[in-house]
Amino acid sequence: MKQDLKCAIIERRVLSSGQVELILDNPRLADEAKPGQFVHIAVENGKNLLRRPISICDAENGRTRIIFEIKGEGTKWLAERGVGDTLTLMGPLGRGFDLDAGGRAFIIGGGIGVFPLYMLTKRLKEPKIFLGFRNKDMVVMEDEFAALGKTLVATDDGSYGAKGFAIDLAEREISDCGVIYACGPKPMLKAVKAMAERHGVRAQLSMEERMGCGIGACLVCVCKTTTGNRQVCLQGPVFDAKEIIFD
Amino acid sequence: MNTKVNFCGIEFKNPVLTASGTFGFGLEYDEYYDISELGGISVKGLTLKPREGNPTPRVAETYGGMLNSVGLQNPGVEVFKSYYLPKLKAEKTCRVIANIAGSSVEDYAEMAKSLAGTDVDLLEVNISCPNVKSGGMAFGTDAANVEAITRAVKAEADKPVVMKLSPNVTDITEMARAAEAGGADGISLINTLMGMKIDVNTRRPVLANVKGGYSGPGVMPVAVRMVYECSKAVGIPIIGMGGIMTGDDAVEFMLAGASLVMVGQFCRSAGRRQGKERHNGLYAPPRDRRRERPYRGR
Repeated sequence: MKQDLKCAIIERRVLSSGQVELILDNPRLADEAKPGQFVHIAVENGKNLLRRPISICDAENGRTRIIFEIKGEGTKWLAERGVGDTLTLMGPLGRGFDLDAGGRAFIIGGGIGVFPLYMLTKRLKEPKIFLGFRNKDMVVMEDEFAALGKTLVATDDGSYGAKGFAIDLAEREISDCGVIYACGPKPMLKAVKAMAERHGVRAQLSMEERMGCGIGACLVCVCKTTTGNRQVCLQGPVFDAKEIIFD
Repeated sequence: MNTKVNFCGIEFKNPVLTASGTFGFGLEYDEYYDISELGGISVKGLTLKPREGNPTPRVAETYGGMLNSVGLQNPGVEVFKSYYLPKLKAEKTCRVIANIAGSSVEDYAEMAKSLAGTDVDLLEVNISCPNVKSGGMAFGTDAANVEAITRAVKAEADKPVVMKLSPNVTDITEMARAAEAGGADGISLINTLMGMKIDVNTRRPVLANVKGGYSGPGVMPVAVRMVYECSKAVGIPIIGMGGIMTGDDAVEFMLAGASLVMVGQFCRSAGRRQGKERHNGLYAPPRDRRRERPYRGR
C-alpha cells in the first residue's frame, strides 16, 4: 500500500541560476522513481493546504534529487528547509517517459524544464541534447547533460550559445532523430509538437498544470487531449505529442 | 466505541464521509488506505452525459484554503453504473452516495430514474454547483426550483434523497424548507462559496473561469452557522461539511445539528498523516478531551 513518505534532506544548494536543489534520503522513493515522475510535497507552514508537485531530477542509491524554482509561498517555504529537515511527500507519482520509444533520442529542454529530463537522459543511448534558456545567467546543468551526450545550448538573447530556441537547433539535425523527449514552457511544447509532425517523428511531452490532489481524484490539473480532458497528475505528466491539443 | 449512525434509514458505520468532488470515486485514494474505513463516500458529481468541464487553471490557492472551478468533469452516469459502482460495492464496505447534477428539472429526474434499482445507498442532489453555466447553483438559489427538483427526483428515486444546498443565498433556511416541502429525506450543506482570486503580477484572475468555489477551513464558521440555522428550521437530518480539519471540527458540526459530516481538503492537506490514522482522528473527539467531558452523538 502506498503511503506518505518521510524524506530527510541530506544536501541543499542554491544554483547559480537561482533554483534550489535538495537531495532527499529515502530508499523506497529512489528505488521506485522513474524518469519523468514527480513528488507531491506537503507545505507545512499552516497556510498552504495544497501540496507542491516537483519533478524528480534524478534518483539512485537511496537518494532522490529535486530542483525547483521559488514561485510563491509554497516553494518559498520549501526553499527555506535545510539539511536535517524532513519533508512529507507522496511519490513517485504520475506516468513518466516511455524509454522504449526507439531510434535516436533528442532531448529538448527549456528553462526549468531541463530538470525532469536528466534522469531520462542518463538511461538513453547516445542522446542528442538541446537546452534553451532565457539568458546566460539562467543556463543550468549544461555540464551534467554534456557528460551524457552531445549538448547544444541556445539562449533567447544570444548571451550564451546560439541565439534563439533549443528547438531551432534540434530541427537542423532532425534527420538524425528517432524520438523527441521534451519539457519546458507551453509555447515550446507546442512548437515541438508541430516540428515532430512536420518531420514525422514521435515526441513525448511532459505537461504542467496547477495541481490539487496529485492522484487523479480532484480533476483540477487536466490538459486537453484528443480523447478529452485528462489528468496531468495521473495519466501524465508525460503524454504522446499526438494526443495533446494546444489552444 | 459505537460510532454507527442511522441516517434516513441507512446505517453508516461511522459519521465521517468524503465530500463530492474532493475524492473522485474513492478508488484513487484506496491505494493509500482502505476506504472501507470511511462511513461513506459521495462520488464526483454525475451527469447524464460525460462532461469535459472547464478550462484550466481550475484551482487557485488562498490563505488556508482554495478556489476550484472544475465544472463537473465526469464520465457520465452510465460509466459510474457499469464500472465504479460495481467495483466499489464488490470491494468496499463504505456507503456509496451518488451525487447527481443536471441542467433542467427533467435532467435531475432522469438521473434519479437511471440510478433507481442500482446498489447506490443514497442520492445527493447537487443544486449548488457554482461552476456550471446552466443549472447547478441557479437551481439552488431559488426556493421554488429547489422544491420542484426535490419533488421530481423523489418521484423517480428508490433511495433516500438528500438535497445539497448552496451557501450563496440570503437565507439558507428558505432553501432547506423548500427541500423538506418537496419531500427530501435530508439535506447536505454547504457547497462552496463563490469566490475569486487575482494574480497581482499578471493582473488577471487566476482561474480560467474567473470565479470559483471557495472551500477550506476558512469557510467553517459560515458552514457551522448554516447547519445550525437549518437544524432549527427543518425536521429532516443534515450532513454538515465545510472546512473540517480535525475531530473537534467534526464534533462542532454535530453540535450544530449535523448527523453526518463530510471532509474535503482534509483528504490532501499538509502536515497530517495521509491515511487511516487521520480518519480515525475524526471518528471521535481526541482521547484526552473525551476524558474531560464525554461527548454523545445525536
